Amino acid sequence: MPAASRRLRPLQLHARLTHSSPSSDTTHFGFQNVPRHKKEDMVKSVFSSVASSYDVMNDAMSLGVHRLWKHDFVSTLNPGASGPSKCIDLAGGTGDIALRILDHAREKHYDRETTVDIVDLNPDMLKEGQKRFKQTMYHNTPQVAFHLANAQALPPAQFPSNNYDLYTIAFGIRNCTDIPAVLREAHRVLKPGGTFACLEFSRVDNSLLSTLYDSYSFSIIPLMGSIIAADRDSYQYLVESIRRFPSQPDFSEMIREAGFTTGAPREGKGGAWRNLWGGVAAIHAGVKL
Amino acid sequence: MSFLRNRNLQCLHLASKRYLTTQPSYDGHIPLNWFENAFLAVGSAVMSLADPRRGDMVAALGETTAGPALPKLREKMLASAEGRQVLKARPRVNSKTVDMVALSKLPAGTFGQSYFNWLERCGVTPDTREPVRYIDDPELAYIMQRYRECHDFYHCICSLPVNVESELALKYFEFANFGLPVAAISAIFGPLRLDSAKRSRLFREYVPWALKTGGNAEPLINVFWERRWEQNVEELKKELRIEDPPPARWGKPLSEAAREKRRRELLQQASTSSETP
Repeated sequence: MPAASRRLRPLQLHARLTHSSPSSDTTHFGFQNVPRHKKEDMVKSVFSSVASSYDVMNDAMSLGVHRLWKHDFVSTLNPGASGPSKCIDLAGGTGDIALRILDHAREKHYDRETTVDIVDLNPDMLKEGQKRFKQTMYHNTPQVAFHLANAQALPPAQFPSNNYDLYTIAFGIRNCTDIPAVLREAHRVLKPGGTFACLEFSRVDNSLLSTLYDSYSFSIIPLMGSIIAADRDSYQYLVESIRRFPSQPDFSEMIREAGFTTGAPREGKGGAWRNLWGGVAAIHAGVKL
Repeated sequence: MSFLRNRNLQCLHLASKRYLTTQPSYDGHIPLNWFENAFLAVGSAVMSLADPRRGDMVAALGETTAGPALPKLREKMLASAEGRQVLKARPRVNSKTVDMVALSKLPAGTFGQSYFNWLERCGVTPDTREPVRYIDDPELAYIMQRYRECHDFYHCICSLPVNVESELALKYFEFANFGLPVAAISAIFGPLRLDSAKRSRLFREYVPWALKTGGNAEPLINVFWERRWEQNVEELKKELRIEDPPPARWGKPLSEAAREKRRRELLQQASTSSETP
């Protein structure tokens, strides 16, 4: 069993604590503080470790609910509604969102011209995605393409500016070291009128739900990681990284700072974000005008 | 980015909330509250049955179900002079602490030679034992680790190979001698994985031997094996009151030792290549 024999320990690096307010040379990695330039490699090694059991673990940890969220996300975006779309899906590794986008365009809008560029930092995750796509009708068609690249710095040669109608990033942005850079790149590659959409774990406001959610996250999920994937540390990192991500209002402000136009700074219809399951996940959207 | 400062405090609060009553008491210790312990016990039981090659799950099952058995073992050790020495010295068994080359040179008939030959014949290595993680008391954690690491010694002294029916016979023996619940759990559920012929042989021949010998023998947890390499193995068996089991089926050597050696070599290559500038 590959996951059991490959026991990577990405968290065995020494943490350096800063005395002053968050300086520019360290950043958070879950609840640890690590040198900024190291975070990318540490995240990469977490995802190499979880890649082969990623989908199984997602189903186990969220009891299948992540499928509902992703379905909701793609339905809301409604790709293919106004003709074939050029989409780019970041941190798209195993291809969950890309596949849903292509299926939605095909089933709801009889669209076989919509394309998705799947981009991921981690080659093992991309390999899983390519494997998954072999089982679909999109394999070896121009509708899907896989790219190894960094969301913070998309090479302009491969990803020219003003090129895409839809930019999606699902459960990926919290692992990026420099979130504003990711948002700026998103702004660059989108066409005027293009949509930015982000599905991510977020803050739960309700205190009862929050207590239950915390117990579940910190007790059950790392244990599930050790039982199913023989990897407790990676799942400990994952639940900690959720707590470190900015809250919904703060993140929507960051989206606006990158140049996007969002809804009003509140939740719900007409707002900049929509909570799913009380804030366990949230969909943020913005438009490049 | 002042919002980040507040969030940092919130996260630190959450981090301290996690460990309600205990901090890690040794390297690699993961404290569990009662619910997490129960969850891991059930999860590891299911996983061990589903995939017995998950040594980490068998280990977790042992630790989460140990309960009062470990303090009882500690009492046994404290009551014996040799056991007290083991608790004081806390010897570990792996290829770094055991000089395999020296063992191979010992005269025939000694325990050390016998152990070396057994390792070769079965194709296993003492390096693949999981470290103890879920036991809170460091001394009890050591006793669990000692039990785990000495498992191959029990194989050797009882002249049992590493196939499934012999492992199960040894589990019955261990349950009778050590009293650990995980030995009983493996003994009860393990036979489900055997075909009926092997299962009937197990219960007809091995289990009576295992329970009788395990119950009669000296507590093996007390033995300071590392000081008995030169002792004659038959004399050792008489001292510990261990009788030979019914003849076992010795198959081909496993690939475990060879795989572990290859894995070590790859790790070493990786670390030396990453060190070069």
